[in-house]
Order: sequence, then structure tokens, then C-alpha cells
Amino acid sequence: MNKPVLQRQRTEAEVALIERFDQGDRRLVGASALRADAMRRFAEAGLPNRRVEAWHYTDLRGVMRSAALVRAPETATLPVARECLTKPVAQTGAFRFVIFNGAYNEELSSSGPLPAGVTVTSLAAALAAGDADVLGALKADGPGTGDAIVALNTALMQDGIVIRVMPGAKVERPLAILNLMSGGFAQAAFLRSILLVGAGASVSLDETTAVCMPDATQANEALTVVVGDGARVDYAAQVAEQGEGAVAVHGLFVTMGANARFNGFCLVPVAGLVRRQIFARLEGEHSTISLGGLSLLRGKEHADTTLVVDHAVPNCVSREFFRHILDHESTGVFQGKVVVRQHAQKTDGGMKSQALVLGEDASMNNKPELEIFADDVVCGHGATVGQLDANQIFYLQARGLSRGEAESLLLEAFANEALELVADESIRARYAAQAADWLAHRSGQ
Amino acid sequence: MLEVKNLHVSVGGRKILDGLNLTVKDGEVAAIMGPNGTGKSTLSYVIAGREDYEVEEGEVLLDGVNILEMDATERANAGVFLAFQYPLEIPGVATMTFLKAALNAQARARGQGELQTPDFMKKVREAAGKLGVGQDMLKRPLNVGFSGGEKKRMEILQMALLQPKIGILDETDSGLDIDALRIVADGVNALRAKDRSFLVITHYQRLLDYIKPDTVHVMAKGKIARTGGPELALELEKSGYAAFTGEAA
Ligand SMILES: Nc1ncnc2c1ncn2[C@@H]1O[C@H](COP(=O)(O)OP(=O)(O)O)[C@@H](O)[C@H]1O
Ligand SMILES: [Mg+2]
Repeated sequence: MNKPVLQRQRTEAEVALIERFDQGDRRLVGASALRADAMRRFAEAGLPNRRVEAWHYTDLRGVMRSAALVRAPETATLPVARECLTKPVAQTGAFRFVIFNGAYNEELSSSGPLPAGVTVTSLAAALAAGDADVLGALKADGPGTGDAIVALNTALMQDGIVIRVMPGAKVERPLAILNLMSGGFAQAAFLRSILLVGAGASVSLDETTAVCMPDATQANEALTVVVGDGARVDYAAQVAEQGEGAVAVHGLFVTMGANARFNGFCLVPVAGLVRRQIFARLEGEHSTISLGGLSLLRGKEHADTTLVVDHAVPNCVSREFFRHILDHESTGVFQGKVVVRQHAQKTDGGMKSQALVLGEDASMNNKPELEIFADDVVCGHGATVGQLDANQIFYLQARGLSRGEAESLLLEAFANEALELVADESIRARYAAQAADWLAHRSGQ
Repeated sequence: MLEVKNLHVSVGGRKILDGLNLTVKDGEVAAIMGPNGTGKSTLSYVIAGREDYEVEEGEVLLDGVNILEMDATERANAGVFLAFQYPLEIPGVATMTFLKAALNAQARARGQGELQTPDFMKKVREAAGKLGVGQDMLKRPLNVGFSGGEKKRMEILQMALLQPKIGILDETDSGLDIDALRIVADGVNALRAKDRSFLVITHYQRLLDYIKPDTVHVMAKGKIARTGGPELALELEKSGYAAFTGEAA
């Protein structure tokens, strides 16, 4: 008996998650070695807690007292999903692919021909067919490989959407992925989607996560994006609806070829806890990545964005721009790390985090980091945490606006400046409407 | 009618206004002149309702009502308008959005319905045209990247749209070249009316060639040191403020 001695007692949630893997939800076939290895890594590390540097401000082990149950997709009540899809947050464009209760649902997804050069399958189908590109993409978690939550996602993934854009295809209108849970009880989902974009292609992806009957759900979702040489990808994501006590963890893995462009944005206007982690790697020269986000938090909500951008080659540009508005007792976290490898000369990196703290008990945690091993680079970062400007409020009041109106106008401006990073106009308008709703709720109280 | 009675104001324990008295009648244009740092802007801020001043004593009455009890919003709605010496830049708020919010706030305060967008656009375009405020300026975020002169014209545009009972112009002439000065002065003169008064704060006599005051007050050391007619401004131009500050010229 030469088993390693456990450093500590496993929590109830950890035990349940490991058992779930052992007992096996056998609907997904394929990638079994990959999944077993991932589960082994998760079992070793356990749920992340404060002692794990990347999770210092988000103690998932403490928050996830128990592991919510996944629901068999067969029990899916389609009317619930259909009603959910009529909500404003679900008003995506024509090409939408819906995952409902952990499985791709063709009935809820858009029918009709896809844009030229685009193919879509479920992850389950791709793995069953032994799709080599998909398997390759699943292994390419890059710096995310060491993360226990990423490992858990790989181990327990139920399904997802695999989108392939052929080289040279120009997809005009956004494609949408909707991750839905019926909710109504503490339900879990583990999803993994993949976007493979061929050389010179361009595409916009619009991803929304929502719980139809908001509850203390647990979502662990991830998206892998492979951006080919000369390709352009615009990506906008949001956790649109979940209940009190809910936990949503979303991983984004981006690898980029040469002369490529990736423009990502995430909106978080939602209850519970949201952790977004982004692992991006620039592997081809003359590429540009831009990552942005807006988190609107109230009550005891908690939103954490933790990202790593790895400049593995010279001559690339990276920009990060994240804004938080924190009311009441909410907590915002931004941890950004830009790594510039030794030979990645002429890297141009700029990272900004700006927060407005409105609530007396609200707090913002900023941790920007640069790890620079090359000598000829231009990299900078800045983090500000402040309040609304009293002089600006006075100016607006002196023109007849009430204090509340003045605050709303300034907050809306602060939010809209972040939303400008959303490339697609229709998505930007939808997000702006949600931000306006959030502000209206605030001034209405 | 605006009446400032025995106004004592301090900031951070330092006395700025020291028993100031001033009356501006309906239809009157009163000028306040005085050296830098004497408290002219403080007076204008206190009348408009900025909060970081400590009013220790005194009253500010607008048509007999003490407005010191009101917040800045209520004062604006009661007809007080301050054209700021340093208008604030508001990034992310389009000038048109701001103007609409201001006009709608005023309409609501007066129990009127909000303006329809076409009427609003027409109103703004007309007023803007007279002040040489271009469409491009109206599309930009409020005051962001505006030149000093553009900011001042934007202040007067707001005053023209809001039609206050009393317009306080705090050094509106600073930063203006001679052509802009004339445009701004014409804008103010066009607003002169029997039931509207102005308090024109300036450091130099020049503005008063264009906006002809009925009365001129000299402010020094936190109070009105002397009151006279337009000739007082000319006299000051020659002799300076030394006689009022007690310092050698
Ligand atoms: N918010 C403030 N905090 C501290 N001192 C102030 C403040 N506002 C004005 N002061 C001081 O009060 C005096 C009067 O200023 P101000 O009213 O701006 O004069 P003026 O407009 O006549 O030049 C100056 O000495 C100025 O430094
Ligand atoms: Mg001044």
C-alpha cells in the first residue's frame, strides 16, 4: 500500500464530484484517457481555495459546500426552455445552438442552412467520431492545464458545441451558443464547446449562459478557440441569469496563429458568483488580442476575472480593459497576467482595470502582473478604484438632473465605454439594454 | 429678484465670504468685478448649491424664497443657472443625451410633458446655430476635448435652452478670443428679458463692452466693496483693484 498520504480531508463536494466520475455518466464516449487524466489531476488538487494563488480572492472550496446534481437531458421540459428563449437576453441572431440541461438540443436550435463555410456538431458526436482536431483542441488548454476547475470541466464535460469555420470563410452574422439549464433546483452542468477558425476566416460568436428558473445552480463551462493564421474572431459572452447562491465558472482558451485577431468581451450582470478565467496564447507573429469586460454587481454578488495572456512570439499586441461597478456588499476581482517570453521582442501590451465602488461595503481586488523576459517591449498596466466624481454630479445637478439621474448618467457612460469593445452592433445593443436595466433597478430602489 | 444677505461662507475652516450683501432685480444685469481669489466663484457656487462650502450665516433669496435650503437640482429647477468658470468634462455622455436629460428634468419639474425628440432636435439646432456650436460638437461627449472657447459657448447654449430666472456667468469671457466673445455676448443679450436677471462675474472690463451692465459691484476680501454704474468698470480698468484690496498697485 504505497498510496500518497492525503494532505487534508476531502470536502463533501469534492467527494461527490469524484464519485460522479467513477460512477460515470456514460453518455459521452471517447477521449476517455484525457478525461481520466483530468479527473486524476482534479482529485489531487481538489476545489481551488485561497491558498491557490490564482484563486486567492475566490474561495470556491468554501463557497461550494455541496456538489449540485446534473440532470439527465431526457427530463428536459422543453416548454420551460422555449419560454426561456423568449427572454431579451436570449435574443441572439439567427444561427443559434442550444445546449439544454447538459446536451445539445437540436429542436431548440435554429434549423435551416448554415452560413457558407460553417459546420456545427455536438461535442458528443465529435468525440464519438474520434475527431482528431477536437481531441487536439481539448488537449490545448495551455496555461489552463494546471487549473483544477479546468481539469474538472474536462473530466465531467457532458456535451458542447463544436463549430468549424473553413479557411477563408467570412461569416457575416454572429453565431450564437446558448447554455441553458432548466433550474428550479440546485442543478449542475459541465459544458465544453470548441470553435475552430481556419486561416483567413472571420466569425463572430455570441455565447449566453442562463438558468430558466434561477436557482443555486453550478455551471462549469469552457470554450476553446483556435484562431488560424490571418483569421479574425469576435467573441462576446455573458452569464445572463442565475439565482442567489449560484456559481458559474467559465474558462476560455484561445490560441492564435500569425496575423490573427481575437476580440473577446464578457458581461456579468448577475446574481451569485461568477468566475471567468481566460488563458490566451499568441503563437504566431503580428497578431492582436483584445480582452474586455463589464461586471455590474449588487447585493453580495461576486465576479472574478482572472486571465493569462502568453506572448510566445515577437511582434504581437495585447490589450485588456475591464470595468466593474460595485454596489452594496459586492466583490469584484481582476487578476491579469501578461507573460512575455524571452524571444517575444516588440511585444506591445496594455492592461487596464477600472472600478467604481458605490457601496460602502463593496470591494474591488486588482492584481495586474507583468512577467517580462524580453528586453525590447512596451508593456504597461493600470488599475483604478474610485467613486463617482462629486464635481461631475454637481455639474449635472446644476442643470436640473436629480442626484439619482446624475449618478445613472455617469454610470451608464462608464458602462458604455466598456461596451464599446463589443465588436458586433446587435450584441452591443443587447448588452447596453441590460446595463440600462441594471441601472434602472439601482435608481428605482 | 435675487437677494444675498449677510452671507458668511468658509471652506475647510477658512473664511471666504465675509458678510456679503447683493441685490439683483428682475431684468437687471449686474456685474461683479474683483481680483483673483477674492471669492467670486465661491459666491456663484454657493448660490448654485455646491455642497463643499460651509454657509455660516446669511440668506440667499430668489423671489423671497431662501434657496439655501434646497439642493442643487431644486435650485436649477427654481431658475438658477450657473455658467461654470471651468465647465466639467463628462466622458461617455453625448452632449445631446445630456441636453435632453436636462430639458426633460426641467419639464418634469414644471409639471410639463417631456419634449418630443423632433421638437427637441429643432430647438437645440436653432440655439446652437446662433452660438456657432456645430453638429459635430453636439455629437461628442460633453465638453470632452472642447477648447476653452467651445466649452464657454456650450454653457451659454445650455442657458439659452433652460431659460433661467437668473443666469450667473462666472468668467465666461476667459479663454475667448474677440470673435467668440462677441458671439457669446450676443447670445446673452438675446436672453435679456424683464423677468430674467444676470450676474456677470468678470475679471476684465472687456466683456462689459459687449454685455452692458446696469450695475457694477466691486468685490474684495469676501464682500462687496463698492457699487456703482457702468462707469465704475471703466474706472477700475484705469486704477486697478489696489484701492479695494489695500495693497499697493
Ligand atoms: N474648495 C476649496 N477648497 C479650498 N479653498 C478654496 C476652495 N474653493 C475656493 N477656495 C479658496 O477660496 C478663495 C476664493 O476662491 P474663488 O472663489 O475661486 O475666487 P475667485 O473666483 O474670485 O478667483 C481662494 O483663495 C481659493 O483658493
Ligand atoms: Mg473664479
